[in-house]
Amino acid sequence: MTTTTTAPTTTVLAASGVTMRFGGLTAVRDVDLTVNSGEIVGLIGPNGAGKTTFFNCLTGLYVPTEGRVAYKGTVLPPKPHLVTQAGIARTFQNIRLFANMTVLENVLVGRHTRTKEGLWSALLRLPGFKKAEEESRARAMELLEFTGLAAKADHLARNLPYGEQRKLEIARALASEPGLLLLDEPTAGMNPQETRAAEELIFAIRDKGIAVLVIEHDIRFIMNLCDRVAVLVQGEKIVEGPAEVVQADERVIAAYLGTPFEGAPGDAEAAEVEAAEADAQSTEEGDDK
Amino acid sequence: MTTEIPMDKTSGTTEVPAAQATPIIPLPQAAARALTVAGSALALAGTFLAWTWTEEFPGNLTVTGYPGGLQVLTLFGSLLTLLFALTGYGIRGLGWLTPGGKNSPVLLAALGVFGTTGYAIGAIAQELGGLVNLEPGAWVSGIGALLAVIGALGLPVDQPYDAADPTPHLWGRIRHSLTAPDPGRAKDLPSWAEILIIAAGFGTGLYVFSYGIGTEYSEQFIGFLIVAAFGFTAVNRAGLLKRLSALTAKHRNVTLGAAFAAAICFPFTQSNDQFALIGANILIFATVALGLNVVVGLAGLLDLGYVAFLGVGAYAAALVSGSPASTLGVHFPFWAAVLTGAAASLIFGVVIGAPTLRLRGDYLAIVTLGFGEIFRITMNNLNGNSGPDVTNGSNGIPQIPDLEVFGFNLGVPHDVLGHELTRSANYYLLMLVFTAIVVTVFRRSAESRIGRAWVAIREDETAATAMGINGFRLKLLAFALGASLAGLAGTVQAHVSYSVTPEQYQFAGSVPPNSAFLLAAVILGGMGTISGPLIGAALLYLIPAKLQFMAEYQLLLFGIALMLLMRFRPEGLVADRRKQLEFHETGQLDLPEDKPLPDGATGVAKAGA
Repeated sequence: MTTTTTAPTTTVLAASGVTMRFGGLTAVRDVDLTVNSGEIVGLIGPNGAGKTTFFNCLTGLYVPTEGRVAYKGTVLPPKPHLVTQAGIARTFQNIRLFANMTVLENVLVGRHTRTKEGLWSALLRLPGFKKAEEESRARAMELLEFTGLAAKADHLARNLPYGEQRKLEIARALASEPGLLLLDEPTAGMNPQETRAAEELIFAIRDKGIAVLVIEHDIRFIMNLCDRVAVLVQGEKIVEGPAEVVQADERVIAAYLGTPFEGAPGDAEAAEVEAAEADAQSTEEGDDK
Repeated sequence: MTTEIPMDKTSGTTEVPAAQATPIIPLPQAAARALTVAGSALALAGTFLAWTWTEEFPGNLTVTGYPGGLQVLTLFGSLLTLLFALTGYGIRGLGWLTPGGKNSPVLLAALGVFGTTGYAIGAIAQELGGLVNLEPGAWVSGIGALLAVIGALGLPVDQPYDAADPTPHLWGRIRHSLTAPDPGRAKDLPSWAEILIIAAGFGTGLYVFSYGIGTEYSEQFIGFLIVAAFGFTAVNRAGLLKRLSALTAKHRNVTLGAAFAAAICFPFTQSNDQFALIGANILIFATVALGLNVVVGLAGLLDLGYVAFLGVGAYAAALVSGSPASTLGVHFPFWAAVLTGAAASLIFGVVIGAPTLRLRGDYLAIVTLGFGEIFRITMNNLNGNSGPDVTNGSNGIPQIPDLEVFGFNLGVPHDVLGHELTRSANYYLLMLVFTAIVVTVFRRSAESRIGRAWVAIREDETAATAMGINGFRLKLLAFALGASLAGLAGTVQAHVSYSVTPEQYQFAGSVPPNSAFLLAAVILGGMGTISGPLIGAALLYLIPAKLQFMAEYQLLLFGIALMLLMRFRPEGLVADRRKQLEFHETGQLDLPEDKPLPDGATGVAKAGA
């Protein structure tokens, strides 16, 4: 694996002041996030924190109500296929492969934006057609080698085991030659070995010079993997920084586990709370009368 | 019924090892085989005797020594049974007949003979009023066919029972006895021999097909359907089709050429103009179905109003045909008329597609259904009363003159190679060119970046857009391509049928090219394949055309047939590899190899059970 991140780091993705409202509900509030080249950035947060909504703002599925998202300096177009064309590829939280296509065909579909042969070229078999097909095939096989799926190129995607389906999704995303790869919970449902393999794959992708943004619940995975971690809670980014800093941050712990009382709640405190509750109840009843 | 009594005997003796499959009727193997051979020989011999005394029953079954009508079908069937049964004796030179199953083809062929002979006996008895009208020949064939079936049921089963269900019930055992293992890899033959085999295969196909079209009365057609269905399955179980398709996959261009050549030969086998017309109509139907296959089979867009595009092409061609009833009064040359028809359909497709393709699934289906009807009603209303006079309303545009292609008038018979090609045969050959074009378009577009994008959209549109595919644009492309292919066929259809009227382009009607039948041809034949819609269209056209007596129940039977098909063979008659794997999870080639479970796991499973 040769590292190609010799160039000075540039900003690949810059989201500033992204706000997404659905009617009266603000799902994402004023989030700034940058991803630099050669970086793996993690995005964590409890369920319902707005991670996926934020993701969808990045991939063109939603147009942010306020704020802007720029990829390499240009504002992203509001259509998913144009975002992919610009250079952002993604995977899905619940695997969305083309189940009845072969593994190779899946990756070839990923090459769609990087090839130009139209219908006429296909119908008349114009000169460039064969060459372009062969190139696409070669490139797709390369990616399958990279993800370790080359031996299964002719299998139907639906017949792959779970872990390999995840890999295939990544290979398919890489086929669009992205500058930034967005992974939505890439290790959901994986066992520890598969998670380790996924980690290595993501490092290898980073070494190819592709920036990676990961949403994940598996904290250990995030801590091993990411150069920087951002935490979303109730639509707002509360912390961003290196993994250790984020892990130790009180607000993060509070968001995941709830706020502790002053000191650890012992038996005495628990009894006190119960008494207070009983008291409160009786006063309420008194108020009713 | 004969099978039930012996069944009790076998279930009484449960000492048989579970996985070892036993024949349905426990007979010594040698006896069973001898019985099958003798039975089919008897059925064969019976066809040379008279079956009935009067010529009132169609086909003249009264002549001794000269089989006719249904007798010929029994003759072919029993010949096939005899051949398959004789291979069981290991006779040199016959082994190639059964590379796959050995005994299930015998059973299937015997059932086919029994079915058609039994049908013939029943039909004679019913039409002439009683079994007394049968001559001994019918009894000889009938008993022979019955003996052959009994013998075939006594032959050993080709493959052991499924490990998951080692002792199936009677119905399961019967079904199982009709299955067979796949043939192994064939020896490599010199390529000229392989090409010869392909040619022979298509020759046989052509013969069977033209026999089916040439059947003159419905009894013969029903008998043909029985023999053809069982015979086809028998040949398939014997592994011959797998062998053939392995060869055709190897020589794809040769195969296409052979299919095309066989199709060209068809009008030369027909002397009757009526049958050539059926051929031409089947081709029109099949070509439009193939166009619909781009839309439904590849891009997954359920279009219930597709026949409107055929109508647009036909009306456009009729308007520029120089027909005295045409309101335009122009006469375009053939090539210009074809381009006009295709262009009109293309524009209509884009106009309809642009607003509707933003919808998905059921919504799209309903809206296209609506547009299909709007087309028909609009054509009705452009009659000078309800709107401008363009199409003469419900009278349509009659008296469309015959085409003239490169100075060759298609309307008059021509002598080619000593055979007179009638008007319908001329149109059949012209339509064949269009079919070839549509096949090429389908094949080339399917195997390209665009085709893959269509399949991706069909599979998961959201994921496809995330891969950079402009979903709307590609769907519109599929819609427009499908529309112009239908328009092409429409231009020829207008000339073949002399006139175009709005009533030809309904959602569901009794004459096949309508939206429901088109969709049925695609689904019945096999979505996403080339040969599927062609076969589906041929069947859906031939069956109603040949079985006039059930015209009233046509839609009912059609519905029942579709339901049965969806239950037992949801991937259609011709399955593309994908669909086959999708619907039948077991026994697939590229399922990852099952690792044997560790002993502990089976122990748990047993304990659980």
